[in-house]
Amino acid sequence: MKYQTVIGLEVHLQLNTRTKAFCGCSTDFGKTPNSNVCPVCLGLPGSLPVYNRQALNFAIKLALAFNCQIQEYTKFDRKNYFYPDLPKNYQISQYDLPLSRNGRLDIFSEGQPKRIGITRVHLEEDAGKLIHEGSESLVDFNRTGIPLLEIVSEPDLNSPQEAFDYLTSLKNIIEYLDVSDCDMEKGSLRCDANVSLRLPEAKELGVKTELKNMNSFKGVKDALAFEVQRQSAILEEGGTITQETRLWDAESSKTISMRTKEGAKDYRYFPDPDLTVFIIERETVSTIEKQLPELPQRKIRRFVENYGLTEYDAKILAASRKAADFAELCIRDFPQTDKKEIVNWLIGPLLSEANQRKKHIDELGLNHRELIELALLVQKEEISHLSAKTVLGQMLDTSKTAGELIREGNLGQISDSAALNGIIDTVIRENLKSVNDFKAGKANALMYLVGQVMKKTAGKANPKLVGELIGRKLSDA
Amino acid sequence: MSIDKETVRHVAHLARIELQPEELEKISGELHEILGFIDKLSALKVDEIKPASHILPISNVLREDEPKKSLTAEEALENAPGKKGNFFSVPKIIE
Amino acid sequence: MELNSLTAHEVLKKINAQETSSKEVLASLCGRIEKVDSLVNAYARKPQEGTLPLNLAPETGGILKGLPISVKDNICTQGILTECCSKILQGFKPPYEATVIRKLKDAGAFIFPLKANMDEFAFGSSTENSYFGPTHNPWDLERVPGGSSGGSAAAVASNQAIWALGSDTGGSIRQPASFCGVVGLKPTYGLVSRYGLIAFASSLDQIGPLTKDVQDAAVLTGIIAGYDPADSTSVNREVPNYTKSLTGEIKGLKIGIPREYFVEGLDAEVREVVEEAIAKFKELGATVAQVSLPHTEYAIPVYYIIATAEASSNLARFDGVQYGYRASSENLIEMYKATRAQGFGQEAKRRILLGTFVLSHGYYDAYYLRALKVRTLIKTDFDNVFKDFDCIVTPTSPTGAFKIGERATDPLKMYLSDIYTISVNLAGIPAISVPCGFTGKGLPVGLQIMAKPFGEETLFKAAHAYEQNTGWHKIKAKI
Repeated sequence: MKYQTVIGLEVHLQLNTRTKAFCGCSTDFGKTPNSNVCPVCLGLPGSLPVYNRQALNFAIKLALAFNCQIQEYTKFDRKNYFYPDLPKNYQISQYDLPLSRNGRLDIFSEGQPKRIGITRVHLEEDAGKLIHEGSESLVDFNRTGIPLLEIVSEPDLNSPQEAFDYLTSLKNIIEYLDVSDCDMEKGSLRCDANVSLRLPEAKELGVKTELKNMNSFKGVKDALAFEVQRQSAILEEGGTITQETRLWDAESSKTISMRTKEGAKDYRYFPDPDLTVFIIERETVSTIEKQLPELPQRKIRRFVENYGLTEYDAKILAASRKAADFAELCIRDFPQTDKKEIVNWLIGPLLSEANQRKKHIDELGLNHRELIELALLVQKEEISHLSAKTVLGQMLDTSKTAGELIREGNLGQISDSAALNGIIDTVIRENLKSVNDFKAGKANALMYLVGQVMKKTAGKANPKLVGELIGRKLSDA
Repeated sequence: MSIDKETVRHVAHLARIELQPEELEKISGELHEILGFIDKLSALKVDEIKPASHILPISNVLREDEPKKSLTAEEALENAPGKKGNFFSVPKIIE
Repeated sequence: MELNSLTAHEVLKKINAQETSSKEVLASLCGRIEKVDSLVNAYARKPQEGTLPLNLAPETGGILKGLPISVKDNICTQGILTECCSKILQGFKPPYEATVIRKLKDAGAFIFPLKANMDEFAFGSSTENSYFGPTHNPWDLERVPGGSSGGSAAAVASNQAIWALGSDTGGSIRQPASFCGVVGLKPTYGLVSRYGLIAFASSLDQIGPLTKDVQDAAVLTGIIAGYDPADSTSVNREVPNYTKSLTGEIKGLKIGIPREYFVEGLDAEVREVVEEAIAKFKELGATVAQVSLPHTEYAIPVYYIIATAEASSNLARFDGVQYGYRASSENLIEMYKATRAQGFGQEAKRRILLGTFVLSHGYYDAYYLRALKVRTLIKTDFDNVFKDFDCIVTPTSPTGAFKIGERATDPLKMYLSDIYTISVNLAGIPAISVPCGFTGKGLPVGLQIMAKPFGEETLFKAAHAYEQNTGWHKIKAKI
């Protein structure tokens, strides 16, 4: 395409504090509308806001994780506009002195590293929910006042894929910080996108459109892809782009104009006189900085360098912080220098069990020592790999140890040649075609025969030994 | 600084107040007079002065993240001019 | 001697001596209201004849022993209509109460269930802008009681309340106190919690007492003052026992008289009375000298930018969605525009529009930002004077009470009468108005004393000494 795509993303993140931004209503609420409210978040006349200390700490934590500069002096401003989900008809937000600025997020996109600037991270409060029903709209204020962070990226993203990768990395880091559930489907992470096109040599940015209503990272990517096509087609015909807001319609896979009337909005920002200013001491910032957990990129590098993992495997394990911590315990305590065995267990069977149960590997109730024990049993050939996988599932379903389950289920690996030979003879007798194939030089036939023995022994035979025994028998014959 | 009727009409829209034509006329005149008086501020040199957006020398007022009792839906909706079940109801929004 | 004509401390003395009860006090007040409020209109939404709350038995505990207090209609009283005397808040019964109300109840006060009349949303200096009609000055029923706490002041002045709460954003306690011959205090900004006060201008509003004498004001202030964690602008500072300031001793008190307050526009009779009052202070041992508050002339423009800007935002919530009046309409925007057009009075609309304008794109720097800077200059003027002086004395208002309707058609003229009270709110300092005499027509004149932040003790000391040595507070309206 002859145009350069320029994308900026605005992410709104709900913080998982226990209470709302400016009042003591719980953030953990049930389904009854308007039951999780108070005079403050309802904006009743006479009510006043007081900011949540934990929200401020979470915000500083997140801003530091993105290498932002924390403002020493920050304040809240009122953003004035009328809408029924906004009880005061202004939102408490930040305008000219936001909490933090000039950060960055390093991403990998299409194999290339890229640094995306983060313009600012600032504090604000969420609005309520509106449901449209025919001739009326219904309002639920439960969500008003939930503390939000707005994370604004520089327009440094140049493709829908980069936007997707940015969001994935962003979410990964936020999850590590444990300041938000960052779940787009649940609405704790929301994303709007700004996109414009220009000729590569152009100095100015093109006219941008704002995209809203994307409900997933893929939705963001698809919406951007559509919009890039749409704008490109217009420009090719010599047309101009209208600056407007467009909604993503996932069903028809199109962006649709909102057809809104007014020109630039005038929010009449001014400092909120009901709240004090905030002076963020250097000491506060460094205390929070010291408490930052190791972030994904450093953890991945460390896994690669210290434990010899591949980058690919390390990334999988680092997808969630608690999962990474669990994995690291397993790796560290695995009594061999070559960690491949335990890593394979983590990335293979354990991850598979976790996915099936819709959990993370650290949420399965499994002690890391148990996994190590299982891996070692396989290594010592006391149980076949296949059986071990079954045992793992059982360990997760019951609270029994591997040892107990192997004994109970009689799953010990059969490595006794005498015991195996009998079964092998039966299999050879029953599969003469394969025997002949093998003798004719087809190596696969051996695998098939081994497989048949495994079947007859319910997976308990030592496959390596079986292979050897079959080979010997057939070459002897 | 003069304020004309167009500006007043725009401001009335920002403030979501419907003004009748006679009202618009009258209020425009009144605002014009008041703004003329207010303009005496432009004579002062204030570039170096810090704005007093907060008159009290206090900062960093925060509260702990402890849940408090909320209102019930019934209490919240008690004064509602329009409601449906546990929701506030407003006429449809047309964009 | 009617119970309703006594001060709170006099009544409490009788209650403690078992000579009367708060129930009897309440009955006396209700009787008085039935007799005179059809003329004064100090209370909003009075019920039909004969159904005043005579059978409400007040609690008799705490230090206030069930003593009734009247409350301005912009202070939230749970389950009791709180409408800011505006159509747009009609029917609003707050599901919560203001912190000052809770404090009063904890001290044993009985919150009088009728609310005091006021200018709608506190926008006014005459109580002519009330949805429930104007309040009349008990000293001359054809005149205004002042505003916006005109109902509270008139109730106290006409013995329809023992004492009352008002609110002051640009003089709304002090000026009606002056016009009605009672005591009114605007505390230091941050001394009294604003939680539950329906906001006009958040950086200027304070709740304060309207009382028959200084001692009552000291007691009442001591009860309502104090840190409130629900108000971010509330100051965490121990509240002194203000009654300890009522020593009557002011020798050596250093009083500054700002020259900018004694210029053209000050009524000659008011000037004469105030100058006599200043002479009295000298007699009592205070030293008096002229000072300067050079930016006084800019106070009104600064106030009308900042206060209206904040008000335009604070009043945006009145839109018919959650409470109050809702106009019938086809769609949401129509609902907003019609509700607010029909629900707000003229002065409210004027102020909201002005405030919206000064914050709007392209005008913010020239108006709002500039006003904030000049506010710093005004505050600095006071800081400088208080380095060498304990307090500042001025008239509270340039004139006595004017006639109802006299200034209603000229908003700018109405604004200009706030000249002496407004700077106090801009600087956040405390100020009290005490009666200091009468004009030729027998209209009360108020003397204003200002002190530095948290200087209420100085105010009570000075005001009390003056009051006890002159006795103006004993002269009552003959209604």
